[in-house]
Amino acid sequence: MRARRALAGRRRRREPAVIFVAFHLMPYRPLDLAAAEKHRSTWVVLPNSFYDPVKGADEYESHLSVLADAERLGFDGIGVNEHHQTAYGLMPAPNLIASALIQRTRHIKIAILGRALPLVSNPLYIAEETAMLDNLSRGRIIQGLVRGIGAEYHASGVNPYFSHARFLEAHDLVLKAWTQPGPFAFEGEFFDFRYVNVWPRPYQQPHPPIWIPSQGSAETVAWAAAPERKYPFLVTFSGADLVVRYLTSYREQARKYGYEAAAGQLGWAAPVYVGDSDEQARREAGAAVESLFNNFLRMPWEMLIPPGYMSLASMQNFMRSRKALGSNPHRSADELIDSGTALIGSALSVRHKIAEMRERTGFGIMVPLLQFGTLDDTLTRRNFERFAAEVMPHFRKDQ
Amino acid sequence: MEAMEHETSRFVVRDVGVNVRHAGAGERVLFLHGAADVLEWLPFFDLLAPQCELLAPDHPGFGDSDDPPWIHHVADLAMFYLDFLEDMNWPGVHLVGHALGGWLAAEIAIRNATRLRSLTLIAPEGIRLKGVPRGDVFIWSPEERATNLFWDPAHARRMIERPMLEGQSDRILRNRYAATKFLWQPRGFSPDLEKWLHRVKLPVSILWGDSDRVVPGAYARRWLERIPQARLEMIERCGHLPHVERPQECARAVLSLVAAGGASRP
Repeated sequence: MRARRALAGRRRRREPAVIFVAFHLMPYRPLDLAAAEKHRSTWVVLPNSFYDPVKGADEYESHLSVLADAERLGFDGIGVNEHHQTAYGLMPAPNLIASALIQRTRHIKIAILGRALPLVSNPLYIAEETAMLDNLSRGRIIQGLVRGIGAEYHASGVNPYFSHARFLEAHDLVLKAWTQPGPFAFEGEFFDFRYVNVWPRPYQQPHPPIWIPSQGSAETVAWAAAPERKYPFLVTFSGADLVVRYLTSYREQARKYGYEAAAGQLGWAAPVYVGDSDEQARREAGAAVESLFNNFLRMPWEMLIPPGYMSLASMQNFMRSRKALGSNPHRSADELIDSGTALIGSALSVRHKIAEMRERTGFGIMVPLLQFGTLDDTLTRRNFERFAAEVMPHFRKDQ
Repeated sequence: MEAMEHETSRFVVRDVGVNVRHAGAGERVLFLHGAADVLEWLPFFDLLAPQCELLAPDHPGFGDSDDPPWIHHVADLAMFYLDFLEDMNWPGVHLVGHALGGWLAAEIAIRNATRLRSLTLIAPEGIRLKGVPRGDVFIWSPEERATNLFWDPAHARRMIERPMLEGQSDRILRNRYAATKFLWQPRGFSPDLEKWLHRVKLPVSILWGDSDRVVPGAYARRWLERIPQARLEMIERCGHLPHVERPQECARAVLSLVAAGGASRP
């Protein structure tokens, strides 16, 4: 033990391999972007007459087959996620996609990045479904837990004022349901059950790994980093400086708790596109990444951050910075690339960006969004292959 | 008209500090504000205060009042105000409630009206009329909200262009959080209120702007059906804030209830 520790000490500069989870939002690409612009948002209020089931069924098939291929390409995991009433993603029920992927793959992890706990009236259904998936896959499930983005509270009607409190209580309920012998009673503020007795139990013991994808609120970081949890924390869709700030705050929080955060606790999710050259990558993926941020993710502040979704103090700070920021600006591909929000370039450039971020944060989980916005199947497949062949191997072995 | 001198007092009831602005003397009129609280002393108050004692509290969670974590919904707020009235030991109070405050006034009245003399409900929230969609104040931008609150666009422009005073934007945000707690789900109503409205035996005035885009005027008739002794006044050329847009009409309605003495003293 002592010898190993000494060895680890000598190899301080050497970092462990990065875990790569190929991520996909399953957008509805045939969306008439110009017509959709006439509506308040691509979420909640965009009429579902914009959705053509025949085209949509094709979308499901092509998205699924691209994702399933991630196993052959050598990724560690496939990431799916949950959003409601939107063309941004066709996965209101991510477990259905996870289930389909389990049948199309053999050993790759399936990361459900995240179920939105506060949105359901009975979180035990989430505990049950994940336990089923974990059994169906013989222990390949990673359970992301989230609150959903603000628009979800407009779509579900759930009161955002209680979002944080519901999340925490639902989490406690799910964890208890997985780890403590049932039946037992649960007596919470929001959830009260005489019988908690989840069949089946999860395949992984004591429970599937829990990850926390988040935009980085201080409350969430402090909670995820707590010693009894040490949940990996994924920063999603933020500029490079923000990613560094959030992951650093997790590290600092861990130190306050008296331990050093492991690389495997720090994750980063970002749109990534690998082309032959920087110029070609920009040409191929520029319009697609702009459509992700400006069309598919388009919504006013009132939908993105309903009152209560953030703590009052965080929101007051945010409003002050927002005044300086102005309203939702159009984001160009150049700005998204320059700010490090999207990694688009040659394999060499993308590797450099990832290496630089590792240097700055020591992160150990990367969740590249390899299809985004309108990016078509051909480019998406090429992107998956290039990323797997020309980027991933460089972060695979202890360096 | 000159703005009246008013005072601000802090009352503590059950460990909850409540900020109350008040002016005048005579019969007590308690104004229960809506989702936006009372950012500034209103001309409506100046019309009332010469003839009564006008009191305008910030509800717990709003304005400068405390925000106890155990107040979860409007029914809790109503019970708190019953404690408040008892603590003040006021023998009789005329309640005037706007929107969320109108809903609150009705919730108080169905529970215990012994300290109440009359009820003036101005475009109250609190019940649901199926098939009559209401405005979604939570999805509107600040500009849309201002526009949809008033009949007269000049009022909306003033609201949009009004310079923010120090601390006011934080206060507005705090109010918005509290309003969300009480109004988001079910959206602006309690499924249990309507079935008990027959218990309101007080003199009641219902005031409604005929161009209300938040809670449409069709709701007024449902309230009248449930409280048959009420007097309904539809105010023309008026939106969701009659006490702001048409203060004279509103003050006249309140004062006629005050002059009539309301319910006879026990």
